Amino acid sequence: MYSEKVLDHFTNPRNVGELSDANGIGEVGNPQCGDIMKMYLKIENGVIEDVKFKTFGCGAAIATSSMATELVKGATVEEALKLTNSAVVEALDGLPPVKIHCSVLAEQAVKAAISDYYTRQGIDPLPIVGEIKDCDACHVH
Amino acid sequence: MKKIVYADNAATTPVSPQVLEALLPYYKSEYGNPSSVYSLAQQARAAVDDARKKVADALHAQPNEIYFTSCGTEADNWALKGTMRRLAQKGKRHLLTTNIEHHAILHTCAALEKEGFEITYLPVDTYGQIDPAQVEQAIREDTGLVSIMYANNEIGTILPISEIGAICRQKGVLFHTDAVQAVGNVPIDVVAQNIDMLSLSGHKLNAPKGIGALYLRKGVVIDTFMDGGSQERGRRAGTENVAGIVALGTAIAYATQHLDERIAHETALRDRCIQSLLQIPHTRLNGDPVRRLPGNVNVSFEGIEGESMLMMLDMHGICASSGSACTSGSLDPSHVLLAIGLPHEVAHGSLRLSWGVQNTMEEVEYVLETLPPIIQRLRSMSPLWEKITAGENN
Repeated sequence: MYSEKVLDHFTNPRNVGELSDANGIGEVGNPQCGDIMKMYLKIENGVIEDVKFKTFGCGAAIATSSMATELVKGATVEEALKLTNSAVVEALDGLPPVKIHCSVLAEQAVKAAISDYYTRQGIDPLPIVGEIKDCDACHVH
Repeated sequence: MKKIVYADNAATTPVSPQVLEALLPYYKSEYGNPSSVYSLAQQARAAVDDARKKVADALHAQPNEIYFTSCGTEADNWALKGTMRRLAQKGKRHLLTTNIEHHAILHTCAALEKEGFEITYLPVDTYGQIDPAQVEQAIREDTGLVSIMYANNEIGTILPISEIGAICRQKGVLFHTDAVQAVGNVPIDVVAQNIDMLSLSGHKLNAPKGIGALYLRKGVVIDTFMDGGSQERGRRAGTENVAGIVALGTAIAYATQHLDERIAHETALRDRCIQSLLQIPHTRLNGDPVRRLPGNVNVSFEGIEGESMLMMLDMHGICASSGSACTSGSLDPSHVLLAIGLPHEVAHGSLRLSWGVQNTMEEVEYVLETLPPIIQRLRSMSPLWEKITAGENN
């Protein structure tokens, strides 16, 4: 059902935990749907210096969160905003169709954390990040 | 080879050595078609008759009340559709069931609704129990059939079948029970319990997949489901699955003869397991704590999701199941866990361990050693767990 890479990121998730000095924190999903992702970013000079995550969810949810943190770590905010769910899926060598929504959630978790960063900087995130429709992800199949 | 602890006997069971030994000749040497006249075929015929008697004996029924089917689902489909389509001619278009039935019943009911039948789904209480008075009150003039499962496959609750049977008989309404999880795990007497129809499946009691049976009380006439040849006294066509039938007969006879020790063994494994798992904080038992299938353990661990738990258990060779959405093949967690009132997030964190006759206490202890660190690990990375425990240490 899952690729080797998904199993690897599930078994040994990268960047798990919290960041005490995070300056952008985003949380998406909800307990009803069975997935919650919380993303912590430490952004300095427009670059994501550090990233951590916590996830409540299935194997794919944990693996996509882990992969998303890998893909944005060290990237500029602009690059991170371009991260798509399909890039996460591709990096994991694919996901079963019913699990694609997990990758959408991972993309949204990154965006939510960047939104929070801009808000903390006194910048309106909406024109830059766009709207993050919480939980819509659960119904993308 | 990696050590495997199989704790999913409610899903299916391994074929026992004595069952395998009994069925093999019917593939190798006794391969005749029971409908043929030569002696090779007559040996197969005799084996089918013998198995039919064994199944009947296990239920306190008569051999001519047993019809072999391809599985429990077929028996359920036949009982419900065959009864309702027949009774529609008498103006009876209402069927009474519960909201925790297996999909073999629920989806058959949905198909009947499309045909214009009316279905009442009785709600269960927090233990997954039905009060027989609910059944009595819900039976209407046009009720043709009551179909209530003997025991629930997910939470293990055993329903008050004798009481419901008595009510149905007294009201003159036919009573069917899906006993797929119950046969071989609890004593059943279709006569004393006033059961008109009963579905069972071979692979839940150490026979192979692909064989089931419907008990149909003599005198109860329902529509034929499978049209064709004259097998099963013309009521269920199709060349008999002789090896499967022999296996079912052998398995059910063994299970009934050893019922008391089987119940004692599985209950000991179950109770040790439940007692230990409930020591884990924020854990609850799902299902009836007393009127419960001997091998069934169903618990919810708050703050974690079932599929990731199953994947980690699998890495340790443990086979179990969960009612989370990710394992139900839909976006919603198990309908049974929601029916007993569990919030979605607690239903997502459910784990079912179903112990069988072949399991040992050592295997239970292995699961009890392996599981707590898995739960701890998943909780440590769960933002939901963070919320649940927020404020607890203040």
